[in-house]
Amino acid sequence: MRFLLDAEQQAFAASLDAMLTAAATPAAVRDWSRGAPASGRALWRRVAEAGVFALAIPEAYKGLDPRPVELAVAFVELGRHAVPGPVVETVAAAALLTALDDPGPAERLLPALASGDATATLTLGPYALDADTTDVRLTVSGPTAPARPSEVPGPAAPAPPTELRLAPAPGAPPRPCLDPARRLFAPAPGGELLATGAHVAAASAQALTWARLATAAQALGVGLALLDRTVTHVRQRTQFGVPVGSFQAVKHRLADAKIALEFARPLLFGAALTMTEQDVAAAKVTACEAAYATARTALQLHGAIGYTAEYDLSLWLTKARALRGAWGSPAQCRALVVGGDRRW
Amino acid sequence: MDLTHSPADEAFRAEARAWLDAHTPPVPLPSLETEEGFAAHRAWEAELAADRWSVVNWPTEYGGRDCGLIRWLLFEEEYHAAGAPGRVGQNGVSLLAPTLFEHGTGEQRARVLPPMATGEVIWAQAWSEPEAGSDLASLRSRAVRTAGGWLLSGQKTWSSRAAFADRAFGLFRSDPDTPGPHQGLTYLMFDLRAQGVTVRPIGRLDGKPAFAELFLDEVFVPDDDVIGEPGQGWRVAMSTAGNERGLTLRSPGRFLASAARLAGLWQARGRPQDSADRVADALIGARAYQLFTYAAAARFLDGASTGPESSLNKVFWSEYDIALHETALDLLGADGEWADTGWSEGYVFALAGPIYAGTNEIQRDIIAERLLGLPKGRR
Repeated sequence: MRFLLDAEQQAFAASLDAMLTAAATPAAVRDWSRGAPASGRALWRRVAEAGVFALAIPEAYKGLDPRPVELAVAFVELGRHAVPGPVVETVAAAALLTALDDPGPAERLLPALASGDATATLTLGPYALDADTTDVRLTVSGPTAPARPSEVPGPAAPAPPTELRLAPAPGAPPRPCLDPARRLFAPAPGGELLATGAHVAAASAQALTWARLATAAQALGVGLALLDRTVTHVRQRTQFGVPVGSFQAVKHRLADAKIALEFARPLLFGAALTMTEQDVAAAKVTACEAAYATARTALQLHGAIGYTAEYDLSLWLTKARALRGAWGSPAQCRALVVGGDRRW
Repeated sequence: MDLTHSPADEAFRAEARAWLDAHTPPVPLPSLETEEGFAAHRAWEAELAADRWSVVNWPTEYGGRDCGLIRWLLFEEEYHAAGAPGRVGQNGVSLLAPTLFEHGTGEQRARVLPPMATGEVIWAQAWSEPEAGSDLASLRSRAVRTAGGWLLSGQKTWSSRAAFADRAFGLFRSDPDTPGPHQGLTYLMFDLRAQGVTVRPIGRLDGKPAFAELFLDEVFVPDDDVIGEPGQGWRVAMSTAGNERGLTLRSPGRFLASAARLAGLWQARGRPQDSADRVADALIGARAYQLFTYAAAARFLDGASTGPESSLNKVFWSEYDIALHETALDLLGADGEWADTGWSEGYVFALAGPIYAGTNEIQRDIIAERLLGLPKGRR
């Protein structure tokens, strides 16, 4: 039993961090937000070349075989740098296609996701993220998880069959999102039917678990970046003749942010090791709440400058809010924890 | 990175579980903060020690099993899952013993540790003074040189377990003329029944005498009971403080067991939806603390020492413990008023957590200054 990242995993994180630091990522985020994806796609290719998406894809489809721990390591760095685009959705799509009974769609679509030649989005809820610039638009309709007896109060209504479709391009412009880098479109109806039946529902549940793990990691990275930037700010900003970071009221808020993030981290990696629905839900809610609490602290301690779109802090502040609700609200995740069969 | 225990570690866990299944008292012992309960808990320590379960991570020569940190964590998980009694000897075992292992002499370890392991000698801590709480280095109790030892005089307070304990350990000012308050302090052990010691029990919030004031009037302590060099007491004590806040004061097993009991209470009360989130947070927090501790243990085994990271721990568990017990009392509704339940006892105990072992305000200062690198300022 050794619950620590090994040297190789730490080196992987450091290399991604260095690459994304050198890559002028904030400028790519702003380009992406205004619908100019070229710089973001260039960044995407470099992330893919580092092997990040291949970590969610079996070797048979040109991936590195699913490695949730390494994927979590990578997504912490993607969050730390606010990398734009459907990063979580591409992982979720890969998990879904891998889990289908029929290998056809996986053979056809996954190699390009592993290499970074293609991006994917996956709609299980109300929107299709980045659907205008994405190559593979997957939409699941109908029940997305096998119903559990305890959740069915009476005789169940006959459910429509679960269908997986390759959706057409969106017909309307995106609806504005609190995080401008997340371009949300109404799912376009129709498109090629890729698969149908109970196995699509089961595969969707798998996709949801992977999406939650990746979101938890991304949120942790967002929170760590917000903490770092705020610590730097309060050390430099002086009022009353001293750095504001020497005041206890400021210190204690940052200490609380540090505690929240450092206790989210082991939940994330524990979930990556077990990949149970309960562990992943716990990691998701905890990392997202830690990141969001850190965002509130970051905004407060930056003062008015933090409340501007122009200042780069906004790239992380808005993402912390968006990730909290994406792929399962805090209440939904907590319900999975108390309702789960397995306890720690 | 993995979470799989070796077969040998699992066998150790199974052995602990079997022993605890056979020996754990079927009815909870009376509160250890009462005279009757203190005696019952002391007897339980002897029962544990008879089969070498009282101090499993100690070397075998002092009554332990030299089992290592991971097995200690597994033992604690089993211990609390079994609902076994609270540990009346904890002040000695988790505060004094690590200090003796690091700074004591062989003679001191051979003399002090075995009776600590059996509960024959129960230790109280004597840190705080009426004018020295968070600012511990401002303490004024004196140790004055005399033939063959020292004479202790002054007043200590909030001395946990001292109402019924046998001996105590703490810091005394042996040199009043040093340039800084952290110098000239000496770490000493003394007998609570020695001539010149007056113990005045203090009722905690529920009235139970969980701590005491100590009045010391020229209490003789032999040189053999000085730990480390005279005048170096602050450095010696800080290694203890690191242990207290770090790995060994509150094991994750305790909170995993409490969270499981809370989930059981919630089920028994019909799974009320308005409490679901808080119950989930108790389950999640226990898991987070367990995994955080496994990571800390791995770093520790790699040779890292307990540093300012232990302040993260201390704030986390102390606030977690209160939230968990508040949830339980809220679930109980009007039945939450009874003071003679495990939940109430746990609640009152938890309320002290953010205050002792360095207040959480001090811990947050440490986190901000030593982990985040923020500038020192006025407290």
